[in-house]
Amino acid sequence: MRESHRRAQPHRRAQARARVRARVRAGRRSGRSPTAPPRSFVWTRRVVLSLLAVFAAVPVYAMLTSSLKPLEDVTGQFRWWPSELTIRPYIDIWHTVPLARYFLNSIIVAGAATGLSVAIAIVSAYAVSRYRFRGRRLFTVTVLSTQMFPGILFLLPLFLIYVNIGNATGIALYGSRGGLILTYLTFSLPFSIWMLVGYFDSIPRGLDEAARVDGCGPIGALLRVIVPAATPGIVAVAIYAFMTAWSEVLFASVMTNDTTRTLAVGLRGYATQNDVYWNQVMAASLVVSVPVVAGFLLLQRYLVAGLTAGAVK
Amino acid sequence: MITAVRPDRRGRSGAGGGAPAAPGGAPGPGGRRRRTLDRLRRGGLPYLFLLPALVMELLVHIVPMLVGIAMSFKELTRFFISDWSGAPWAGLDNYRFVVDVNRPVGAALLQSFGITCAFTVLAVGLCWLLGAAAAILMQDPFRGRGGLRALFLTPYALPVYASVIIWAFMFQHDNGLVNHVLHDQLGLTDQPSFWLIGDNSFAALVIVSVWRTWPFAFLILMAGLQTIPRELYEASAIDGAGVWRQIRHITMPSLLPVNQVLVLVLFLWTFNDFNVPYVLFGRSAPSAGDLISVHIYQASFVTWNFGTGSAMSVLLLAFLLVVTGLYLPLTSRTRRRRGHDARVS
Repeated sequence: MRESHRRAQPHRRAQARARVRARVRAGRRSGRSPTAPPRSFVWTRRVVLSLLAVFAAVPVYAMLTSSLKPLEDVTGQFRWWPSELTIRPYIDIWHTVPLARYFLNSIIVAGAATGLSVAIAIVSAYAVSRYRFRGRRLFTVTVLSTQMFPGILFLLPLFLIYVNIGNATGIALYGSRGGLILTYLTFSLPFSIWMLVGYFDSIPRGLDEAARVDGCGPIGALLRVIVPAATPGIVAVAIYAFMTAWSEVLFASVMTNDTTRTLAVGLRGYATQNDVYWNQVMAASLVVSVPVVAGFLLLQRYLVAGLTAGAVK
Repeated sequence: MITAVRPDRRGRSGAGGGAPAAPGGAPGPGGRRRRTLDRLRRGGLPYLFLLPALVMELLVHIVPMLVGIAMSFKELTRFFISDWSGAPWAGLDNYRFVVDVNRPVGAALLQSFGITCAFTVLAVGLCWLLGAAAAILMQDPFRGRGGLRALFLTPYALPVYASVIIWAFMFQHDNGLVNHVLHDQLGLTDQPSFWLIGDNSFAALVIVSVWRTWPFAFLILMAGLQTIPRELYEASAIDGAGVWRQIRHITMPSLLPVNQVLVLVLFLWTFNDFNVPYVLFGRSAPSAGDLISVHIYQASFVTWNFGTGSAMSVLLLAFLLVVTGLYLPLTSRTRRRRGHDARVS
């Protein structure tokens, strides 16, 4: 009996995967009627989308071209095209401020916050989606309502708590990367849990129950069945968590010191009392944006799939 | 449902099947005690799963918020900042002080609140409008759709500080792109305008905020559109409905539930937004662009009176709670009614 189950398992898993894939594909296929749209619609589309494209593209263009300008070009009247193309700003940015250190700090903080936040969100969402227990609704409502808190309300108390924890236990949270990691991971947690609950709910219960029949524990069922089937949702949540941690300014400016400063605060270093090295500022902005923008655009497919299956249902 | 076949006493713990039971765990000899243990373990399991999230939320959100509320009732001036628990209780004095519109502090708070409301309504409205337009117009495949989608999403993917810095660069008075186009190239203004000080700073704030947030609305609505069954469009096309009619009678009603959450999220984010005004204006926001979060930040850190600063934050939170509390039931009712109409017609 058990043997036959075990043998059946890979087959069933493949079936499940096929089912999930079919659902994703079905989602992608939907759209309006296949007949050609009328002229009025096509023209509206052209005009509106062109305007939006200009609106979206101009600042990006300004950043890109200005980052290739010599300093004279950005201290005088604005030019659409550099008087001469130079990669000088890309070399200088690393010396004007300790950009490499800020970069490293940002990568450590955002990476760790993302990993922890996703792991915590997965187990929490699993509990909320697959178990009925007292306080389930209270938990989800509380977690979601923290999204509403103005950051300014708990900035100072959190700061004081970190300082007190440091004084009491010797664990340095204030001014350290650890404190920032803890803070950021909770920022993305509410949305992540909410989205993953929706996503897990859309995975048929039969799948993990079948795994349980085959002798998996609850953790086994989570890791072997739910997590693989929910990969798009998990990737989407990870993107969100990383972007949140990468761009946060308020807490980064209060909770870091010279050695732990992140990019969000460090980029201000290009403005001195008298001068702003705008070409370097633009080059630095571009360099710090590339990792997140590239990752986001590569993975946006998952984000849409994850939102479709989870959040917007 | 495997769990449904176990009608045990755990039924009272809630609806549904309870924990997924592991079949084959039939009570053997001495099963009663083992079952109790088992039940305890299984009943505790979901809480164990939630523990990390709970601890983190308590540490970073819940406890600091309670401390913040407590601080709002204290006379927490610079003399007590090193030992805030030793500060004397102030009762409601802080609140009375910050809502007294006849005094400069209260008047400034009220003005900042008004500006933030206007800013939020404008920014959320525009974000939704642009996002909806782009998502609906890009529902059908056409050449270049993928590239356009990537372009539209880029502003959202850029880190906030980077996008705001770019805009600050473009909004410069002497050498900025915006004045170069409006004044030098198009000749629309007599003088180059100031964008980051004076009245125009409000417009600058709206533009930057919309630029970086509308792709989020676009993304969510794009996902929402994918859940509309294709059959609806096919059936209506057979009945002779054109694209515009389909958008009005199928697409828009189907998006209502998504819109409900989207608008609320946009509202909360925009109202609480600190990053955009702080990076755009630095520490001294012009009065036309004095959004509430930066206002509170300045009020706390300039005067070092964290008691009144906390009182302002608590009032802000209370306002957001009231708006959300009114918004959700109200929109849910409209949604149900509209959804019903859509099905009938």
